[in-house]
Order: sequence, then C-alpha cells, then structure tokens
Amino acid sequence: MSILRLEKVTKRYKDHVAVDEVSFEVEPGTIFGMLGPNGAGKTSTIRIITTITGPDSGQVYFDGELLNKSHPARMGYLPEERGLYKKMKVGDHLLYLAQLKGLTIKDATQKCKIMLERFEALDWWHKKVEELSKGMQQKIQFIATIVHDPILLILDEPFTGLDPINSNMIQDEIFRLRDKGVTIIFSTHRMEQVEEMCENIILIHNGKNILQGNVKDIRNRFKEHLYKINYGGSLPVQFTNGLELVRSEEHSATFRLGDGISSNQLLQYLIQSGCEIHSFQEILPSINEIFIRQVKGISHE
Amino acid sequence: MNNKIWIVARREYLSRVQKKSFILVTLLTPISIALFSVLIGWLMSEGAKADQRVLLHDETGIIRNIASEDKDFPYEFSEKDLKVLTEEYDQMGYDLLVHIPSMTDTAATRLNATYYSNEKPSLVLLESIESTLGDKIETYRMRRSNIDQKLLDSFRADISLENGLMDPSNPSGSAASGKLNIILGTALGGLMGFLMYLVIFIYGSMVMRSVMEEKLSRIVEVMVSSVRPIHLMMGKLIGVGGVGLTQLALWAILIPIFLSTALAILPGAEPAQMSAMENVAQFDQESLDGFSANQIIKAIFDLKWWLILPVFILFFLGGYFIYSSLFAAIGSAINEDMGEGQQLMMPVVIIVLIAFYMLFPVLTNPNGNLAVFASLFPLFSPIIMPARLAFDPPWWQIVLSIVLMLFTVWFFIWLTSRIYRVGILMYGKKATIKEMIKWLRYSE
Repeated sequence: MSILRLEKVTKRYKDHVAVDEVSFEVEPGTIFGMLGPNGAGKTSTIRIITTITGPDSGQVYFDGELLNKSHPARMGYLPEERGLYKKMKVGDHLLYLAQLKGLTIKDATQKCKIMLERFEALDWWHKKVEELSKGMQQKIQFIATIVHDPILLILDEPFTGLDPINSNMIQDEIFRLRDKGVTIIFSTHRMEQVEEMCENIILIHNGKNILQGNVKDIRNRFKEHLYKINYGGSLPVQFTNGLELVRSEEHSATFRLGDGISSNQLLQYLIQSGCEIHSFQEILPSINEIFIRQVKGISHE
Repeated sequence: MNNKIWIVARREYLSRVQKKSFILVTLLTPISIALFSVLIGWLMSEGAKADQRVLLHDETGIIRNIASEDKDFPYEFSEKDLKVLTEEYDQMGYDLLVHIPSMTDTAATRLNATYYSNEKPSLVLLESIESTLGDKIETYRMRRSNIDQKLLDSFRADISLENGLMDPSNPSGSAASGKLNIILGTALGGLMGFLMYLVIFIYGSMVMRSVMEEKLSRIVEVMVSSVRPIHLMMGKLIGVGGVGLTQLALWAILIPIFLSTALAILPGAEPAQMSAMENVAQFDQESLDGFSANQIIKAIFDLKWWLILPVFILFFLGGYFIYSSLFAAIGSAINEDMGEGQQLMMPVVIIVLIAFYMLFPVLTNPNGNLAVFASLFPLFSPIIMPARLAFDPPWWQIVLSIVLMLFTVWFFIWLTSRIYRVGILMYGKKATIKEMIKWLRYSE
C-alpha cells in the first residue's frame, strides 16, 4: 500500500492554475523525486500534502486515510525558503520547534542533543542562531524537520547552499532514514541528485504532471539506442545499413542503432572489421536531458 | 484550547520580556515621567519668578498707594527720575520698566502706559501687567466714589451646582465631592481612553512588525509545517498582549512610586505635583480649587475601582485583539516595501483616530447619544467605554458593550486569520485591500 496518494489534485489561484490534476503515488520506504523548473507547482503541491493549503478539487490519501489536519504531525517538512529566529539560541530554537511537533521538553532535549552530536554540532547548543553560518543553520533546520520521527519526510531543495562535506552528511542521514523505513519526497530542480538518490520520480511543469515512473524505466523509455566504444586501431570507413556514427573522437565513437540491429550485431561488426574494442557501453539519456526535452516539447506545443 | 497556541505565546512573551530594550523602556518611562513632571514644575515656578522682575515708575501715585495694601503685589516701585531709570533699570536687576504717566483725565477708560525693555517681553507678561495695573486703578476709583468693598462683594453671586441625591450627612459626601467625583471621572476617563489609544498603536504595530519579519525571513515557512497559521497568529497575539499587560501593570506600580520619590527628593515639589496632575489629566487646575487634599484622596478611593479595573482590563484586551489582529493581517500582506504597509494601515489608523477624537465630546456629555453609541460600537468601544466607566453608565450598556466586543474579537480573529494564512506565504505580489478580500475566499 502506498503511503501517499494524490488523485487529480488541483489548486487554482486568481490568475493561474498552480497544480493541475496531478496524480501520483509514493511507495513506503522509498525516495521519491519531485522535479520541475522553478514555479512549476512543486511547492504548491507540497503545501497541499502538508495541509498548509487545501486543494480546490481532487483527493489526497495519507497512510490509507483521506488527508486530515492530524496527519502533518507524522510528516517532516523542510521548506525551500527557510528561516530561523536570529536572536534565539540554537538549543532553545530546536526545543521550541520540537515542542510544536508535540514532543515534551524532556524528550525533545534528549533527541536534539543526540542529533546535534551526530552532526558534530553539540557545542552550538548555547550559540545564537545569527552566529551560525548558512550551512550550519541548514543542519539545524534539518534536525528540526526529523526530530519527531516522521514517517514521511518532505525535503524541498535540501542541499542548496551546502558545501560537499555537509551535503554528504545530510545525504547519508537521508539514506539512513530511508533504510529505517521512512518515506522521503525529495523536491528539486537539480537532476543529477535525483538520479543518484531516487527510485521513482514525477516531473511537473506548469502545474501538470508530464512524466512519472521509475528512474531506470524512464531512462530506458527515452533511450535513443546510443552506444559508446573506446577502441584501438581504426574504424571502418563505411557502415552497414541502420548503423549511424553520431560522434567520433580520438579512440572513441558513439553509434546510434537503427531498428532491428542489436548491440551484439554492432560489436560483431566492429570486431570483424578489425577494430580493437577496449570498452563498450550503452548511453542512456540523463534525467536532465529528458527533463529539458520534455519541458521544451511541452512549451513548443 | 490548542496546546500549540500556548507554546507559541510563551515564546513570543518570553523573547520580548527578556529583551534589554523591554526592561529599559519599562524602567525608563516611569523615571522620565517622574523627572519630566518635576522639571516642568520647577521650570514653571522658576520661570514665573524670573519674569516678574518688573519696575514701576508711577507718576500718578495711585497704584503705589493701593498696592501698599497688597502683600502679594508682584512688582516694585522706584521714585527716581524716569530718565535715570530708563538707563539704569537693567543694571538694577529688572527686565522691564513700566512708566505710568500722571492722569490728566481721571475718568478715562483708556489709559496709556509705556514700557522699556532690552528684550521683547512676552504677551503673557504684558497682559498680566495691564490687568494688575488696571485692577488697582479700578479699586482706587471705586473708593473715590465711596463704594464700599463689602457692598461690592455683596453683588457677587457664585452658583454651585450639586447632586440633589447626595447624602448631606455623609461627611465625605459633602456637597463638594459630587462635583469632585465628576472632575475625577473626567480625568480618569480621559486617561484611560488615551491609554487605550496608545496601547492599540504600540502593541498593534509590534504585532505587525513581528509578523512582517517572520514572513520576510521565511521563518513562517518553517513554522506553518508544524503549526496551523491561525494558531500561530493567536499565539503571537496572546504573547504580545501579555507583554502589554505586564508593561502596563509594572507602570501602574512604578509610576506612582517614582513620581512620589522624585517629588520627595527634588525641589519644587508643590508646583510640580500640580503640573504633573495637570499634564496627565488635562483638566484645568482651577476646577480642583476649593477641595482639600483629603477630599480629593477620599474621592479617588471612592471610585468604583472593583468595577473599573477589571472592566478596563477586559476592554484593554478586547481592543488589543480587535486591532492587533487587523495589524497582523496587514503585516502578513506586506512585502519588502514598508510604504505598502502604511497604505494598508491608513483605514485602521483613521478609525482609531475617530474614536480618539470622540473622547472629548463624550467626556463633556458622558451619557449623551454619541457616548452611548460610541461605547457600544465595537470598533470604538474599547476606547470610549473605559472613558465612561467613572460616570456610572447603566450596567446593561456595559454588558452589551462587552458582549458586542467579544463577538467582534471572535469575528475579527476569524476574518484576519484567513487573510493571514494566505498573506504569510504570498511573496512579491503587491497586496491591496481588494486582493486581501479575495484571499478570504481561498479554500483552506
């Protein structure tokens, strides 16, 4: 059973439709990527899931129930635009946010300290928020998002402004949570992270769901039958029908295979023609390419 | 009630009360009020003395003659030659020399005198010299016509209106305290109305600024993921309201303490006390003439404090919630541009100002139609009803006013929270009142 299911969710504002009949499901214990350019409707969709706003039509189901105001307590949401009270001390601030999630002061203190320790930041407890760097503040916000053990975590651009070390720290924590069974919705417009982290994605553009599914499936679906070889010797001067040399550099070449030609046939052909093959690899389109292609295709229509 | 409201309120309250600026303002305000009123009193008594350095050169001799009977006559005389005096009066320590020429026509109603001064004297001083001298000449003329002062006095008639229902056997209720009660009621009413007016602006704008800051720093994005916007807004209103109550309570204790300490320690106590009362209460000092200090204190204690105080606090909270919820909605709609905010604030400011200016006609006729209307209409009642309290308005009006106000508080919090929840997450769009009305209809 899916942990979250949206059915034809629509949200209209005065002059535009922010979310237009978006439907998707998120499997428990997976990382789900929500992609789209800025202003595509990602944040509006997340605000509906977190009950900050309501949909004009459509339904949302959380953990098998129709979404209601009690559900956000079991979600953790890290918004894209996020701030903290500058004058508050880190410890007080974490306790404040944790209490608002329903934790007692005692539990909150214990959990926040454990978490700060894991992020190597326990000595920040008595510092004021304004003394921290932006990256440090981001860690605090991340801790506040997960302090109440949510079963669904929604992270909107969690890595912006983080250096590689801190980025990795957060990424490891996300994987750790996923392995514990937490479901994670990861909203971003940075595609390479999606490929790395997500099993399933949805691509939103102008409020509409234009593509969704398993990352591998999608890349396969959009593959152009491109294969890249590294070779020694020389390539044949002419190619058989259905074989097209797309790109050629020194000792590497990329071919597109026409209908009815398999990769084995390509290899056989090249070996027979005296090429020495060093490596052979299928080139799948990156999510980034698919994304750009899809978005451009839509806006050309 | 919702637990999260209290968590928010607690933070809003503590973060403000623990601020250095709060402690400073709370302490410095009573200190400066105390110092200021002592200073004003001192300046007034000193200033009055210094201005009175007037030397008279009286060729008629009449004024000198009559003035010799008056111990308090403020000016001094000199017999020296006018020419010498015009050169010497300032070396003698006088600011002004007045020459009264001998009267040729003793029945003239217009007399002329001349003054000499290095600096331009104030109009007040000139008028007071004119009337003092005129009085003396009038007295002289009456005597010359053999009109006896006693006879003259017997023409006078001062009517004193008193409450017919008052118990004459009650010593403290002796005729005077009826009117005294009204004087004190006017003073107290003005004071409370003025206080409400200040409270609405001080704490209302505190709420507005804080909502705006949370929106612009995107703190609110983090907050709304765990608190519903209406609870966040309520928490803030309660927290800041608590700060207001704390501050007023501290002032209510500290101002009298500091004021009496200042009066005891510093010179110029007597006039300072009077002027301080005048400053605060804005009523004419003369109206208190004829009442002893004991009577005044007794009358102050006789006011129905057991009713006035709780009802005042109730109206304080009601007025605060009505207006600061509006300010919260405005704060939520503002983007970086403060000018936008001022535009949106205009209608609210105008309503509060109307209520404030109604105070004056209401205090002159505290049970008239305007007073009754304004103390029932919920946008005015928080300012007007406290002002009427000391005049014993009918109890049904107090109750009705409170009921209407509480309903309005509920309605306004409902209304403004619907604007607030949209406004805090809406960036870059210039907010107009029309726009905000549309927000009301957005689905939750």
